[in-house]
Amino acid sequence: MIDFSMPEPIKKQRVMLQTVAENMMRPVSRQFDEHEHEIPWDYINFMQMAMRSTQAGSLAPREGRHEGPRLGYQILAHQIEILSWGDAAFYLCTPGGGLGAAAVEATGTPEQKEKFLKRFTEEKPILGCMAMTEPQAGSDTASIRTTAVRQEGFWVLNGEKIFVTAGHKSLVDTPGFVVVWATIDPSAGRAGMRPFVVEAGTPGMSVTKLEDKMGIRASDTASVVFQDCKVPLENILGSPEVAKGPTTAGGFKGAMATFDATRPLVAASAMGVARATVELVKDLLTQAGVQIRYDVPRQKLTNIEREVIDMEAMLRSAWLLVLRAVWMADQRTPNSLESSMAKVKAGDAVTKITQRAVELMGPIGYSRKQLLEKWFRDAKINDIFEGTGQINRLVVARRILGYGSRELR
Amino acid sequence: MYGFEPSEEQKMLVDAVHKYAAKDLREAAHEADETGGFPDTLISKGWELGVVQASVPETFGGFGDHSAVTGALAAEELAWGDLAGALTILGPGVLAFPLLLAGTEEQKKRYLPPLVGGDYRPVSLAWVEPDFDFDPGALRSTARSEKGGYVLSGSKCFVPFADRAENLLVLASLEGKSQAFLLPRQTPGLTVLEREGNLGIRALPTFEIKLEDCRLPEDARLGGKEGHDPRLLLNSSHVALASMAVGVARAAYEYAMSYAKERIQFGVPIAQKQAVAFMLAEMATEIEAARLLVWEAAWTLDTGQEATRAVALAKSAADDMVMMVTDRAVQILGGHGYIREHPVEMWMRNGRGFPTFTGLAMV
Repeated sequence: MIDFSMPEPIKKQRVMLQTVAENMMRPVSRQFDEHEHEIPWDYINFMQMAMRSTQAGSLAPREGRHEGPRLGYQILAHQIEILSWGDAAFYLCTPGGGLGAAAVEATGTPEQKEKFLKRFTEEKPILGCMAMTEPQAGSDTASIRTTAVRQEGFWVLNGEKIFVTAGHKSLVDTPGFVVVWATIDPSAGRAGMRPFVVEAGTPGMSVTKLEDKMGIRASDTASVVFQDCKVPLENILGSPEVAKGPTTAGGFKGAMATFDATRPLVAASAMGVARATVELVKDLLTQAGVQIRYDVPRQKLTNIEREVIDMEAMLRSAWLLVLRAVWMADQRTPNSLESSMAKVKAGDAVTKITQRAVELMGPIGYSRKQLLEKWFRDAKINDIFEGTGQINRLVVARRILGYGSRELR
Repeated sequence: MYGFEPSEEQKMLVDAVHKYAAKDLREAAHEADETGGFPDTLISKGWELGVVQASVPETFGGFGDHSAVTGALAAEELAWGDLAGALTILGPGVLAFPLLLAGTEEQKKRYLPPLVGGDYRPVSLAWVEPDFDFDPGALRSTARSEKGGYVLSGSKCFVPFADRAENLLVLASLEGKSQAFLLPRQTPGLTVLEREGNLGIRALPTFEIKLEDCRLPEDARLGGKEGHDPRLLLNSSHVALASMAVGVARAAYEYAMSYAKERIQFGVPIAQKQAVAFMLAEMATEIEAARLLVWEAAWTLDTGQEATRAVALAKSAADDMVMMVTDRAVQILGGHGYIREHPVEMWMRNGRGFPTFTGLAMV
């Protein structure tokens, strides 16, 4: 069935979160943007309390949480969209497991899920994060150099990770963990890559740097260094054996499976920023007495009307691509192509929408009195993290052409 | 509950339409474009697929319930085969659906059964006017009330099958509001001028017509005395055309993709070059994005909600998308794309017309 009606549980969630976004995020959005590295504890504590009392637990979707049709990823996409409508950087500070928990959910054993994820349902807020990028390994994730060597009942990790979203909050400010991607067999390339859970306070791990950024400033972006960091053997996610032979990309596939699941969720965050922008532009125009006419042919519209309709079409179509990708995830249908398409379109849409909004609103757009200039800065990260627009185009191209990484580099 | 998959019934219809579009329409498209028309037998075969008939209830001669979503799915598939062919086969819909959406019981009973109950009959709708600033909601053609009926005057262009249709649905401004009137072709005062030559859709015969004091009885107004909401017609037309834009774009994208996988330059298929592969990735993404907007617009119509904004977004996105995709398809074929032996230049010419095609199709 082709159906665009919003499921009831999602409608309820949206009403509740809209209140949070309006009352706990928007009023202090500017303040935290101007005081980088300060932590929005009021929001974090409130969200922990709210999620506990509604038994929503962490934002990570779980099996069997709902009766009836599976809605986990669809609910999550809506939650993320609204929270990011409030403030995208605050959303990235939301307690719960973040990408770290998503990796444990996607690749962990039942014991690992119990051990690592339980903390997120307790009283105090705790964050989790994921560390993939290294100074020399950005989109080329297969060239990471962080090593994990099995020694005397431990995995010993050495290396440096950068651009770890919420790294400081997960490892210093709260007793969370980081899922670190390392190689257990440098000669095996992608097949040797494995994720490891490293808990806050583990000796040999230190948070060494906080980045100063263009946008999403309330969210910390940390460097994490591992120096002979000993991690319990059971903290490896997936098999410790490196398979030899033609299908040797097992570890890497684990990483990619995580990204297939999280990519549309990152896109959902972009959509929140984009919607906030479109709504504010329309409000400002309405206040100025400009109405958008939807039933007039394009060659008769004013430039402002055309721009706004363009922005709305970009926003809506990108959002529908996101919804379809998470709907597929809930149907347990492989959605690598659709996830990447959603991310490509959402990254494009949010950057174009925020850029045009600043231009369209002139001095009001460029001024720090309004949030449009902040959203312009916040938006750009969505075309970069969790796979740049270009990497996602590459994924889409390979899928539609039936090419592997050898045919299309 | 969200759903992004056509029903089993819809899939069966789309499959049947696809086979016809791939075998019959696609094969005949080039010659039809060069010569200006399709063989009647080919159109009859397409009509027998029952796309329009399946959307008209049995009481009025059809065999199904009206659904803009189903109509959009079928229209996309037909347009994937050939746009002019699709507009021809779905042509009777430009009278059938306005009647269904806005007609009185009398009008439905009188006009629908002969239209959908038998063989293919060409039908005509006159909406577009020969002005750069044509606005379907603010027409220059006028309808004026007089005792016992209406008097229509004005100029229209892009009127399909005006030379042979029994009835034309003519839109004119009545007291400032666009209203549709059923006009028999033999009505005095109606002059059908020469067939038009257009950039694309050359296989679809369109005409300029003149209306000089065409007198019509009272019951000729769509919806009777009360008339109708003209947005019903505009929305139906926009959704039909936007879904067809998706079909044309898909045809061009698929053709360019196969070509890029076979065309060897610098020792490898050009599809292995990121410059080309990324173009294809963006084409695929934009086609999907526009299609979802079209589906949502059609669904909004079917659920009876206020649809004007959803429809405008779908139409705007599809119009832009089809131009981008068909242009790139020509670009990917390079010089070969510019040669009429390949269909991509025709799809690009057809693609440019969507903002202009108001009223040429309905769902």
